[in-house]
Amino acid sequence: MSLRSRLGRARNAFSAQVRGVRSVSTVDAATWDALEEALILADLGVSTTADVIAAVRRRADAEAGDEPDVVLDLLRAEVVERLGSHDRSLARGGDPSVWLFVGVNGVGKTTTVGKLGRMEVQAGTGVVLAAGDTFRAAAADQLALWGDEVGAAVVSGAEGADPSSVIFDAVEHAAAVGADLVLADTAGRVHTRGNLMDELSKVRRVAEKGSGTVTETLLVIDSTTGQNGLVQARRFTEAADVTGVVLTKLDGSARGGIVVAVQEELGIPVKMVGVGEGPDDLLAFDPVEFVDALFELDDDVEA
Amino acid sequence: MFEGLTSRFEGILRRARSRGRLGPEEVDDLLREIRLALLEADVHLDVVGVFLERIRERALGAELSGVLNPGQQVVKVVLEELTLILGGETMKFTYAPKPPTVVLLAGLQGSGKTTTAAKLARWFKSSGRNPMLVGADLQRPAAVAQLETLGERIGIPVFSQPTDPVAVAVAGRAEAARLGRDVVIFDTAGRLAVDDELMEEVRGISEAVQPDHTLLVIDSMMGQDAVNVATAFHDRLSLDAVVLTKLDGDARGGAALSVREVVGCPIAFASTGEGLSDLDAFHPNRMASRILGMGDVETLIEQVETTYDREQAEDAAARMLEGRFTLDDFLEQVNQLRRMGPLSSVMKMVPGMSQQMAGVDEALDEGRIDRIEGIINSMTPAERIDPGLIDGSRRSRIAAGSGAQPSEITQLLRQFREMRKMMKKMGGSGSGGRSSKRRGKRRKGGRAAGAEPTGSDRPATKGLALPGLGDPAEAEEWILRGPGR
Ligand SMILES: Nc1nc2c(ncn2[C@@H]2O[C@H](COP(=O)(O)OP(=O)(O)OP(=O)(O)O)[C@@H](O)[C@H]2O)c(=O)[nH]1
Ligand SMILES: Nc1nc2c(ncn2[C@@H]2O[C@H](COP(=O)(O)OP(=O)(O)OP(=O)(O)O)[C@@H](O)[C@H]2O)c(=O)[nH]1
Ligand SMILES: [Mg+2]
Ligand SMILES: [Mg+2]
Repeated sequence: MSLRSRLGRARNAFSAQVRGVRSVSTVDAATWDALEEALILADLGVSTTADVIAAVRRRADAEAGDEPDVVLDLLRAEVVERLGSHDRSLARGGDPSVWLFVGVNGVGKTTTVGKLGRMEVQAGTGVVLAAGDTFRAAAADQLALWGDEVGAAVVSGAEGADPSSVIFDAVEHAAAVGADLVLADTAGRVHTRGNLMDELSKVRRVAEKGSGTVTETLLVIDSTTGQNGLVQARRFTEAADVTGVVLTKLDGSARGGIVVAVQEELGIPVKMVGVGEGPDDLLAFDPVEFVDALFELDDDVEA
Repeated sequence: MFEGLTSRFEGILRRARSRGRLGPEEVDDLLREIRLALLEADVHLDVVGVFLERIRERALGAELSGVLNPGQQVVKVVLEELTLILGGETMKFTYAPKPPTVVLLAGLQGSGKTTTAAKLARWFKSSGRNPMLVGADLQRPAAVAQLETLGERIGIPVFSQPTDPVAVAVAGRAEAARLGRDVVIFDTAGRLAVDDELMEEVRGISEAVQPDHTLLVIDSMMGQDAVNVATAFHDRLSLDAVVLTKLDGDARGGAALSVREVVGCPIAFASTGEGLSDLDAFHPNRMASRILGMGDVETLIEQVETTYDREQAEDAAARMLEGRFTLDDFLEQVNQLRRMGPLSSVMKMVPGMSQQMAGVDEALDEGRIDRIEGIINSMTPAERIDPGLIDGSRRSRIAAGSGAQPSEITQLLRQFREMRKMMKKMGGSGSGGRSSKRRGKRRKGGRAAGAEPTGSDRPATKGLALPGLGDPAEAEEWILRGPGR
């Protein structure tokens, strides 16, 4: 299922700037301003926006393109290019493989573990969910319900237990029952808490102490996040070697444009997107669809 | 990387100084910098526009007064204006004549509603009230279990039933009345502003329970979308106040300004952690300097207080600002600061430090602190007080003792000297954000390293005297008359 069809319900007349651009006959200074505004409103950030606009202007000049459609195509191409042609598949190869989910509070880690559990169970993978959030009230209950929903085993510890040991146990359990994949939830933490970031480094280390290998550390970023998303990505990467981003809540009115800067600066590709609260609301990330949704370049979607 | 308004202004002001005045051109340049700063802080584009218009008038008018230099005047104008908008009218927290007083929380998924509900309940309880919590989120897995766990921790009853959200709300309100609870707080499911069905649902809840106070819970990390969200919730629910969460992160929090500007209602509370005591009165002045990246000495002092004794904290802060500290202090500081999070985020609260800290932070990245400790421990007491004593042979001795390379020692000493110089400079230049007003000692809950029992926020310390919280009498006064005075 495509992102476009999933977002149809939610999108509203938000990108007035882009629509305005389409209706002009030739692109002038005001049009460039409008495009710049559209990028800022999508949370790309001031400096990424300036870079993108400058690059598109150069390309437009070189191609002598001053028709709005040409410029919009250039814009789309430019941002897609910046998102790069990374391998966005989720790496396996461990015995079992461990995918670790990290991020600040409330972004959608636990829900993503559940959804991905569904996806993998359906694909026939043997999956164990590890309740590595031993801190937040009822976090393990929440994951247990997801385990029931998607039909995956859940390993959890007591409230307040050491998250590393819970994840270690889950890995050993998976090894014992011959499951291929451990999806490990962790507690939300703001990256300003040094001790909690250290805890995360430890979780990552200990997850590999036994039979397993951490083949993905996925940073979950909420689409509503503004410029702090880039700082989050830096800090979590320092602490836990992030290998990919899951962009959640893209079914809302926020665009998640900060991931462009994250990918450009840190080279961390977005791998999945969350588009709802249900078990099937998870899609593989597609740069072209993402960019179209970012600027609402697709007519059908407009309200 | 964002460097704070003051440093951004420097270039422009140097030009202005050479001309001896601040003309319209410089004002334009300054406004452009302010615009960038606000956008990088996630203030909504349109709100930035409106704000700059106001500033332009005042900035041009401000040239006439002669006490501050023109640049300082503009900074002052911006800060004042921002504080004014963020503060403005404050929340009138009144109790319903016929109990229970009904409080409804709403917001996007994961913004912090459930946690805030429990924090508010705790706060009402400490104000001598008998609150009750109602779990009207029947959507998110284990939402009610989460609220029940929190309620148990603070000894407050939680009501819910697996019917539908409106029915639960109605029954919960009746139950509160029956039990004679005088405040009832409704936790609702997270919902997207663009989800018509769920937005209608929360309006249904609101109509059914007729809240005295409807609070929108907003994540301070939010970007440009905050405006759309606040508008949509305000349209359906007619908000009374906003709670800004996750301020213990380092987002600049421009969303606060956006939301304040579009919904017009006050930001009543600042949430600064996961512990149930981490709810503070909202301070417009602090938020203004945070958005502008101008540092906030007061917050620094408070954070230091959470690990230090207050006296010691003030002393340490003063010594930092005066540059009167030794390598022992340095080590002590580093160890204390390490507990609060990345050094850079703490040091950035000191006015003028954000830029300088860029380099120091790398030098002091958390992983290297142990090595630094080793080096300093291999020095004699005299060397720690006066690093100038350390010549080539002493250096070799220290290197041998600590297992470090001599070059690392040289580097550390250089950084230490650099830092001391910088702090001295700041101390001397009169720290703009520093308030003479002193606060009582204050403790925050939150997790201790590793394995503190989950979520148990520390017991309420007596003498918690932050305006608005802890001391109920003062709290009510704050809510009635507003913070910031
Ligand atoms: N609309 C929407 N909601 C989502 C999506 N992903 C998660 N959520 C919701 O966001 C809220 C938080 O999700 P969680 O999975 O609990 O987030 P978390 O990161 O595990 O939170 P903590 O463990 O508390 O840090 C829940 O209400 C989820 O249902 C998404 O893609 N779209
Ligand atoms: N660091 C930090 N975390 C917070 C703060 N307030 C809430 N949280 C955390 O944010 C996450 C989400 O909080 P909840 O209270 O579950 O959010 P919610 O709005 O009820 O979420 P849904 O019911 O899923 O929509 C949890 O991990 C909380 O512990 C805060 O001020 N600072
Ligand atoms: Mg979770
Ligand atoms: Mg909740």
